[in-house]
Amino acid sequence: MGFLDLDRLEKSFNETRVVRDFSLSVEKGEFVSFLGPSGCGKTTTLRMIAGFETPTSGAIRIGGQDVVNVKPNRRNIGMVFQSYALFPNLTVAQNVAFGLKVSGAPRDRIAARVDEMLAMIGLPDLGGRYPFQLSGGQQQRVALARALAPAPQVLLLDEPLSALDAQIRVSLRSEIRAIQQKLGITTIYVTHDQEEALSMSDRIVVMHKGIADQVGTPSEIYNSPATRFVASFIGTLNQVDAVVEDPANGTVEVGGQRLVLGRALGRARGARVALAVRPQALRIGAPGPGEVGLSARVVETQFLGAVQRIVVDLGGAPLSLDAFNRAGAHLPQTGSQVTLSAAAEDVLVLVD
Amino acid sequence: MMRVWAWGALLFGCMYFALPLIGMTEFSLSMRRGEYSFDAYRVVLADPRFQATFAYSVVMALVTIAFGVLLVVPTAYWVRLKLPKARPWVEFITLLPLVIPAIVVVFGYIRLYNTSSVLPLTGSVMGTNLLLMFGYATLALPYMYRSVDTGLRTIDVATLTEAAQSLGAGWVTILGRVILPNVLASVLSGAFLTFAIVIGEFTMAALLDRPAFGPYMQILGANRAYEPAALAVIAFGITWACMGLIGLVNRFSRHTQAKR
Repeated sequence: MGFLDLDRLEKSFNETRVVRDFSLSVEKGEFVSFLGPSGCGKTTTLRMIAGFETPTSGAIRIGGQDVVNVKPNRRNIGMVFQSYALFPNLTVAQNVAFGLKVSGAPRDRIAARVDEMLAMIGLPDLGGRYPFQLSGGQQQRVALARALAPAPQVLLLDEPLSALDAQIRVSLRSEIRAIQQKLGITTIYVTHDQEEALSMSDRIVVMHKGIADQVGTPSEIYNSPATRFVASFIGTLNQVDAVVEDPANGTVEVGGQRLVLGRALGRARGARVALAVRPQALRIGAPGPGEVGLSARVVETQFLGAVQRIVVDLGGAPLSLDAFNRAGAHLPQTGSQVTLSAAAEDVLVLVD
Repeated sequence: MMRVWAWGALLFGCMYFALPLIGMTEFSLSMRRGEYSFDAYRVVLADPRFQATFAYSVVMALVTIAFGVLLVVPTAYWVRLKLPKARPWVEFITLLPLVIPAIVVVFGYIRLYNTSSVLPLTGSVMGTNLLLMFGYATLALPYMYRSVDTGLRTIDVATLTEAAQSLGAGWVTILGRVILPNVLASVLSGAFLTFAIVIGEFTMAALLDRPAFGPYMQILGANRAYEPAALAVIAFGITWACMGLIGLVNRFSRHTQAKR
């Protein structure tokens, strides 16, 4: 049992099941991201933890205590919103002090805590400003300080960087992660941006149609996607249909060619599977030891700056491969026949 | 050619509104034969009945505003937050006082709360004052509700509420420390409109027989020549001062200066 436990959580709005059979155990101090496209139920799950939505069934336990029937203002949870939600009538310092004031903390302790929080977010001199006098990035930092000031048990962030421009997004995400690690606060982070989730999280929950498709570390999610959805949602992934010929040694037929993966597949002979491989795992050239090779025709080459992308045709299915752009590297001619190679372990066999 | 007509229309419009006012003001200054003076104003302001009725109406206005704010702000907030589907209905109800004449409302009150009813409010001075205050609040409801609702539209009520809740705030704290301060300019607009309505209201006060400013103006108007004109100018001044204050409050509310 973890510090924050979600046990078989369900949420329906009328006929629509937004969250289905969602279970998750989050350890104290862990940073977990809910990642998925809009409408996948990630925000609804977060709002259930915060207490703004009531689960249709299931339990939410924080520190062993079931909080489903506890009101949002009694849960001791800090929340950061996409729209910042700073109180426009209060100054930065008053915003940060709000939670402490509500809890009836003594005045000198509030003042000290506000100073500490403003120093932590790097805005020690802006306490007297009003929210409308701050930039978006500054406002979101104040919102973070405000959420953290009363020392909540759990910090919830609902797409906190979506409204900011790209540069600030990148700098703020490392700031948020640094603050989270410094305070050791249990954090749930909702985002639809895979880069954010991959770069910040201890673990990621990839959500799809209200279900947690896969829970794992960023590298597990990226390198070993468990389902076709996770594979297609995280990064760019080539997918081609194949038919199992010999499940024992992993022989599959793809685009009229035979591929021996050298591992048991756990599928019946003749079963249709999807093979997946990342563009950067493919290279042009004959296969070496532990690698598999396929012949394909070059359809298109794209120059992307640091990377060159080559699109090839494999029995009617397009595959793209990425090669670093080195001086002197030359791209194959469009229409030419090339041999593609990849490490056998990088070729994934996906289930639906 | 078009321009001449446009200016002509504007001039006509201005004269239509301004001439009676100028005439009335001129007349109110003409109490002393052959020269302009403030004699009529002096007489009016020195009249103890003026002082008494004006003070009565001011107190009634303040009580009405307090009651209106306590009634309308939580209602409009709740409707926006939890019952958005009920908004058209609530708006319709708040507009009813504009189409139901005050005299109908007050007759309804007298029938319902007379001395032989279950709740004999008209049986005592305090009860009648209370009834009159409710009547005033009803008359001011369309303006108060509209102002507050417009104010609520400019803030993200749902998210601010959730932010405050996650910081441990209960409903009273949310309303008092987050919602009300952010719609204060709108609440004050509604308050000044309420003030202007209450100060000039005649029907309800007269039929409930309360010593308000409206009936006093009527009595004076029926019996004197110059003083009613002076009184009308004073009443106009109060209304305009209220309008000016609405503008001033909107301009000087600091945190609403920025576009959100």
